[in-house]
Amino acid sequence: MSLDQFVLAASAGDGILDKLNTGDILATLFFFTLLMILLKKFAWGPLMGIMDQRAELIASEINEAEKSRAESAKLLEEQRALLKEARTEAQAIVENAKQQGDAQRAEIMETARAEASRLKENAAAEIANEKEKAIQAVREEFVSMSILAAEKVLGKEVSEEDNRALIEETIQKAGESR
Amino acid sequence: MNHVNPKWEFLGLTFNPSNILMLAVTCLIVFLIAFISTRNMKMKPTGMQNFMEWVMDFVKGIIKSNMDWKTGGRFHLLALTLIMFIFVANMLGLPFAIAYDHVLWWKSPTADPTITMTLAVMVLVLTHYYGVKMTGVKNYLLGFTKPLAFMTPLKIIEEFANTLTLGLRLYGNIYAGEILIGLLAGLATAGVGGFLGAILPAMAWQGFSIFIGTIQAFIFVMLSMVYMSHKVQTDH
Repeated sequence: MSLDQFVLAASAGDGILDKLNTGDILATLFFFTLLMILLKKFAWGPLMGIMDQRAELIASEINEAEKSRAESAKLLEEQRALLKEARTEAQAIVENAKQQGDAQRAEIMETARAEASRLKENAAAEIANEKEKAIQAVREEFVSMSILAAEKVLGKEVSEEDNRALIEETIQKAGESR
Repeated sequence: MNHVNPKWEFLGLTFNPSNILMLAVTCLIVFLIAFISTRNMKMKPTGMQNFMEWVMDFVKGIIKSNMDWKTGGRFHLLALTLIMFIFVANMLGLPFAIAYDHVLWWKSPTADPTITMTLAVMVLVLTHYYGVKMTGVKNYLLGFTKPLAFMTPLKIIEEFANTLTLGLRLYGNIYAGEILIGLLAGLATAGVGGFLGAILPAMAWQGFSIFIGTIQAFIFVMLSMVYMSHKVQTDH
């Protein structure tokens, strides 16, 4: 049936049902409906099902990824904090060690200085002592020489001039030996 | 060239057995394509499943461009079946036409106005049905007075115009394509010169007919969803 016939059939008024392909209309509706039902049952239904399933899967995967990302970010933050803490601690330890070293050095130097001054004092004292001793010895020597000179004066008949000369000589000697 | 259509009468109804045959072939092909491509479905789609999912998303896009998915989701199956059916129907008449004793048997079912008008009326009736069902009788009737009350006669005419243009646009495009293919085929069989002369235009026109058939299937579904959205949405 062509368009002309279609329009004519519509305008003719009588016998429309004879000219119109009523059977075709019903057949088209029947075939189309049947096709839609069959496709829904065998093709679109399962396909939609799997597409929904996939959408769900993807959504859940995205959720999962989001979650694990947040978790890893948290872990990273934790690690970073730990590292920072460790670094501060290490710095504190180094600082501490340095301080301790400084203190030790100062202490050692103090000790050394004290030791040195003690030694110096000791030496000075010893020197003074030795000097005293030497003076003492010279004095003793002088006394014994005086006594010797006196013995010589007493043991020999000498003139006043001799005596005088002798004493002077002795004194001079003593002065030299001093 | 002057093919006549076969005609059977049965139970007081007039049948064109050629139409019945081609409808059956179309339905069979559509069903087989859809059925075979949805076997062994996997989460990671391959091959035909990919294609079918693309078609599905494509139709979903058509619906979504007209109404929100909550309203339009129920028309997904209808639109999907329509586009596949019309596309396959448009393609069937392209490779060849079979006429036996001047009676045309093999052609595009959509090259017959009865079938395209049936589809158009079916779609329009469905839009009215869903218009009443989803917005209520009052809103449905009020829809005819929008945007202005005095335009009501125009709105009523529009409904008939929509139906007529929806069906006849598809019919005209496909029927014209088949006529020209038939003429070129007649030229090709007229002689050696005619064959050589017909090769290029026949190939070009067949390619163009494929394009037209695809576009017409898309347009039919698109307009169906446009008309549907006018009826099922109150906020327009």
